[in-house]
Amino acid sequence: MKIAVCIKQVVTREWQLRVNEAKTWIRDQDASFELNEPDAYALEEALRLKEKHTGEVVVVSAGPTRVSQVIREALARGADRAIHIESDTLATADAVPVADAIASAIRDETFDLVLTGLQSDDQGFGQVGVILAAKLGMPHATIIMEVQAKDSSLRVKRELEGGWFQWMTLPMPALLTIQSGINQLRYATLKGIMAAKKKEIRKVTPSPSADSTQRILNVHFPQKAKQTQMVSGSPAEASRELVKHLREDARVIS
Amino acid sequence: MIVVIGEQRGGKLNRATWEAVAAAQSLGDTVKVIVLGGGADAAAREIAAAEVTEVAVVDAPALADYTADGYVAALASLIEQQAPSLVVFPHTYQTRDFVPALATRLGRALVTDVTAINRAEGRTVYSRPVFQGKLSAEVEALGPTPHLVTLQIGAFRADAAKRGASAASVTAATVSVDAGAVRQKPEAPFQEARQAVDLSQAERIVAVGRGIKGQEHLKIAEDLAKALGAELAASRPICDAGWLPMDRQIGSSGQTVAPKLYVALGISGAIQHLVGMKGSRTIVAINKDPEAPIFEIADYGIAGDLFEIVPALIAELNK
Repeated sequence: MKIAVCIKQVVTREWQLRVNEAKTWIRDQDASFELNEPDAYALEEALRLKEKHTGEVVVVSAGPTRVSQVIREALARGADRAIHIESDTLATADAVPVADAIASAIRDETFDLVLTGLQSDDQGFGQVGVILAAKLGMPHATIIMEVQAKDSSLRVKRELEGGWFQWMTLPMPALLTIQSGINQLRYATLKGIMAAKKKEIRKVTPSPSADSTQRILNVHFPQKAKQTQMVSGSPAEASRELVKHLREDARVIS
Repeated sequence: MIVVIGEQRGGKLNRATWEAVAAAQSLGDTVKVIVLGGGADAAAREIAAAEVTEVAVVDAPALADYTADGYVAALASLIEQQAPSLVVFPHTYQTRDFVPALATRLGRALVTDVTAINRAEGRTVYSRPVFQGKLSAEVEALGPTPHLVTLQIGAFRADAAKRGASAASVTAATVSVDAGAVRQKPEAPFQEARQAVDLSQAERIVAVGRGIKGQEHLKIAEDLAKALGAELAASRPICDAGWLPMDRQIGSSGQTVAPKLYVALGISGAIQHLVGMKGSRTIVAINKDPEAPIFEIADYGIAGDLFEIVPALIAELNK
């Protein structure tokens, strides 16, 4: 089974977001970056499918030079090789140009299965995977919590809302977007990190890609929906005051 | 004309359809609703109470059960026929599955997870969360209309939808969908296991998030829950990691709760979590990041280290 996994590099969750001067994006020059979490689950699922059915796992990422950090990490976890679509603009582009660039980069490789995370932690469009399937002419299913592969078809468990699920069968080649929590992640071993150094990273320059379909006019910290009363002081002082509020004002404890 | 695509399963209208109608009505254009699939007729009659020009029902054998291919084929042809100015969907797991493919088929922009729409001087600006809700972005859709938008659940008020003086006409729209071209073969939806814990009945809930750092630290959350007479719950990452069972999960993929008291420990407040608990009467947030989105909906907040604050809080409660 030949599997492509699309991964994205995003700023770490712990990084304190700062808005750039033009207020159109974040000031990420001094940010730290990590592998988008749902993509980590997609990679893990690909590695497990390969272990079960043999084959190859190829990671694909679009973005500037710094993206090689997450590519190396994916190779260290066990991916066989990588495709890096080198572009400064794709890191912050909307879903259509990104899906278009990925489709161009992988179309000729005839993958049996393409996996992406459900959505990215930064832009959160939740669109790239589904658009990529459409561009590659593959059937797709999203928010997947289990994958069973047999011959040339897949039986997958889709998550619905409120604790409901649904099995669905679709023919390969196909694209799946993977939900966080589908599996338990592995981490890179020292041996994996050493082996990754010898693995191929094919660099691709995107050809002029599809037009953007949306433009960010500005980003800002959201306005509070509620007037939050912040309680300060030492842990003991803050606790005393909070308990007083909960007993006397909110009256939610006795 | 704005077209709202309603959502239903087995004839039961998804309440988010009312939210989408309310949002569409607020834009000052006429609104038409389309409902698809087996049982759509019953759902159409419910939404026909809204002040809309028409509710179109699309039911074909190939649409009886939801599939992405079936819905894309049907809606692509309907939207092309109708030529609306805007197409509005609720941002559900179902629309996340097919609307990006529909937008690609139509060659139109799609803006997802929209929380507000502002129209001024012929320009439409959409607000949507980025960075897991830590920031809000104002965006403009580009390219030819109709643009497609999906609306975040709960961002628009269902009860703000205007009702018509009389029910709108419910009409059958015919669209041919080739069942043979539908590549996904769905099975019946099911619930994993009977939920052992019905958190929706709890009066008080203590919920833990990533900030708890390790399973071995759950004990302090349990102790706080005990001191408050509360049930213990969690955000998705905690259940994904297997630290607490899935039936303790609050949020869009777990349970929806509205207790008297909700204490969020080390939960940043991603929207997937907030939709499951923002109806709580009193919300307390304890988080080391003072910019965490959870503080936007909290009544009381402590910005600090939960490992210092929670023991002090337990001591205070047990005094």
